[in-house]
Amino acid sequence: MSVITYRQALRDTLRAEMHRDENVFLMGEEIGVFEGSYKITEGLLKEFGERRVRDTPIAEEGFVGAAIGAAMLGLRPVVEIMTINFSLIAIDQIINHAAKIYGMFGGQTSVPMVIRTPGGGGQQLGATHSQNIELFYSFVPGLKVLAPSTPAEAAAMLRAAIRDDDPVLFLENLGLYNSKGEVPEGDETVAEIGRAAVTREGTDITLIGYSRMAMVAGQVAEALAAEGISVEVVDLRSLRPLDRQTIVESVCKTGSAVIAEDDWLTYGIGAEIAASIQEGAFDYLDAPVRRVAMAEVPMPYAKPLESAALPSVESITTAVKETLNAVGRRVG
Amino acid sequence: MSNNTAQKQPELVQLLTPEGELRRHPDYPIDISAEEMRGLYRDLVLVRRVDTEAVALQRQGELGLWASLLGQEAAQIGSGRALRPGDMAFPSYREHGVAWCRGIRPRQLLSMFRGVSNGGWDPHEYGFHLYSIVIASQTLHATGYAMGVQRDGALGADGTAVICYFGDGATSQGDTSEAFNFAAVNNAPVVFFCQNNQWAISEPPERQARVPLYRRAAGFGFPGVRIDGNDVLASLAVTRAALQHAREGQGPMLIEAFTYRMGAHTTNDDPSRYRVSAELEEWRSKDPIERVRTHLTNEGIADDAFFAEVDAEAESIGERVRRECRELPDPDPLDIFHEVYAEPNGHIDRQRADFADYLASFEDADAEGVR
Ligand SMILES: Cc1ncc(C[n+]2csc(CCOP(=O)(O)OP(=O)(O)O)c2C)c(N)n1
Ligand SMILES: [Mg+2]
Repeated sequence: MSVITYRQALRDTLRAEMHRDENVFLMGEEIGVFEGSYKITEGLLKEFGERRVRDTPIAEEGFVGAAIGAAMLGLRPVVEIMTINFSLIAIDQIINHAAKIYGMFGGQTSVPMVIRTPGGGGQQLGATHSQNIELFYSFVPGLKVLAPSTPAEAAAMLRAAIRDDDPVLFLENLGLYNSKGEVPEGDETVAEIGRAAVTREGTDITLIGYSRMAMVAGQVAEALAAEGISVEVVDLRSLRPLDRQTIVESVCKTGSAVIAEDDWLTYGIGAEIAASIQEGAFDYLDAPVRRVAMAEVPMPYAKPLESAALPSVESITTAVKETLNAVGRRVG
Repeated sequence: MSNNTAQKQPELVQLLTPEGELRRHPDYPIDISAEEMRGLYRDLVLVRRVDTEAVALQRQGELGLWASLLGQEAAQIGSGRALRPGDMAFPSYREHGVAWCRGIRPRQLLSMFRGVSNGGWDPHEYGFHLYSIVIASQTLHATGYAMGVQRDGALGADGTAVICYFGDGATSQGDTSEAFNFAAVNNAPVVFFCQNNQWAISEPPERQARVPLYRRAAGFGFPGVRIDGNDVLASLAVTRAALQHAREGQGPMLIEAFTYRMGAHTTNDDPSRYRVSAELEEWRSKDPIERVRTHLTNEGIADDAFFAEVDAEAESIGERVRRECRELPDPDPLDIFHEVYAEPNGHIDRQRADFADYLASFEDADAEGVR
């Protein structure tokens, strides 16, 4: 076992996949000489050269579209979009083309590409640079959307994404890059796409999150354990396909659920989870499903305002306790 | 207007050499008084001082971020001073010098970078739009605004012109090409002012284009010209001519100001990772302020007392910027709900009320803790 950062896990996996398959290549703004805005591609231009690591002009629609073309002809592009916010410029290529080419061309050609991109607020980057808009992609048949929360998951899921024959949006998070975790030495695990994970077992309540919120959910559960509250944490890991079974099984066991999302509430991913729980675990629910999300405002840039807008350990903890109180278990 | 597409070596309009000598240009004559010349010098020195202070404030944790204009003062002051009060400028995020020319106070800029306000000024009042950070998005906004000016019939010798600022990197974005085309097809009164500062974060212009950027315009059917972006007179004269061309209804023009970003991309960046110091040295010898100072001295237009006066003014502005920045009041957490919709909105009002209750619950808990 070695303990490495999420960033390192991504970098090691990209490197190993590039060695494994000559067709894998990287493309994006600032990923070569500059080694990536968040240094995920550090050392890769030096090691693999310009043929495999391409700095592009500032044109997101351009390089995503070009990657689709390359993928259709059998290459395996792994595109980095500096942050998910700039994917909006490429959204036609992603939703109308990457996701639909296989079907609209009668299955003649798939689009085996990966778009790696971080979301995440909390970095004081302002309203246009702090969004979590993976929801847009999670909505679209033909795309797969993965959102790992730990270094080990990041590695296993990136491996799976690169080897998958369909377009995958691989969601990273600015708030996770420096987080650390154990990754087995020489691990070659290829994650099964579309599987959630119970990352902490518990009996009182189910707390559901993904990406950074899965990590925060773990912290909340840890703190509540000290107060004698047993929280089960479900990390969604894959937003499309969505593993409804794991969610429902957990809620059937605990009888209540809180969903934490780093995103706006209305029409959000939490709404989809809540609907799935209602459909699959209605008879087991002892209290209404609660969602904790961002304030529905463009993200403020000032630090105190940004903190006010984001869900926090405190706001999630409050929601968990209020839900348990509603069930009739008096807590804090 | 000259259209240099046929030439092999890009011609660069220069009216004041790095040695401080005046040059004549057939297309861009300039007639400038001693007083105006001293005024430009003062502008250049003061905006550099404000910029240096802002970088220092960011280092001290007083600002979230700052994008320095160091090295680009001449491009910005020259073009900024070419604007008339009724003209409209659309900046990217580095145009503090243009903001200065439009009468925006440093405190207003800092309030945005400190994050205590989302918009430190009324764009209509100053003829200067708010900063735009999604690369190239403002090229379309400027074009649309110019089409509006045209629709209002506000053209003619005393009409309105629009100027749009963007970087070399922004020329790669589809928005820029679409803006060029819209402006050309509609003959819109907009001047595209590209500051080619030789870097887009870590990417040099070779990554963005195979032809000199000013030649782009020819393909869209309007004139393009490259100027020495470190020459405040070239920037003033060529922008003035281009704005006049636009306001008289002759359509858009592209100015490529060939300059250099002497500082980091932003305070988050370390340029030593990707560029060599020799390049920096070469550009240092073309400093936009030094050449004006040399010219003023050699021509006897300014004496030591004048330079000392400007330096003293710069010092006091630096001190004022520092103080005013620290005095900016922190916003109230409930402010996040204030600027979502222009009209009152029930959904937002409910959120604000819930959030106020939530905040109050901590105050109650704190109060109990004290008891
Ligand atoms: C659509 C979009 N893509 C990427 C970025 C990230 N980014 C911020 S500044 C920048 C470089 C811009 O370079 P240039 O246009 O030359 O302007 P300069 O910073 O040199 O003034 C990039 C890529 C962004 N802000 N918006
Ligand atoms: Mg640039």
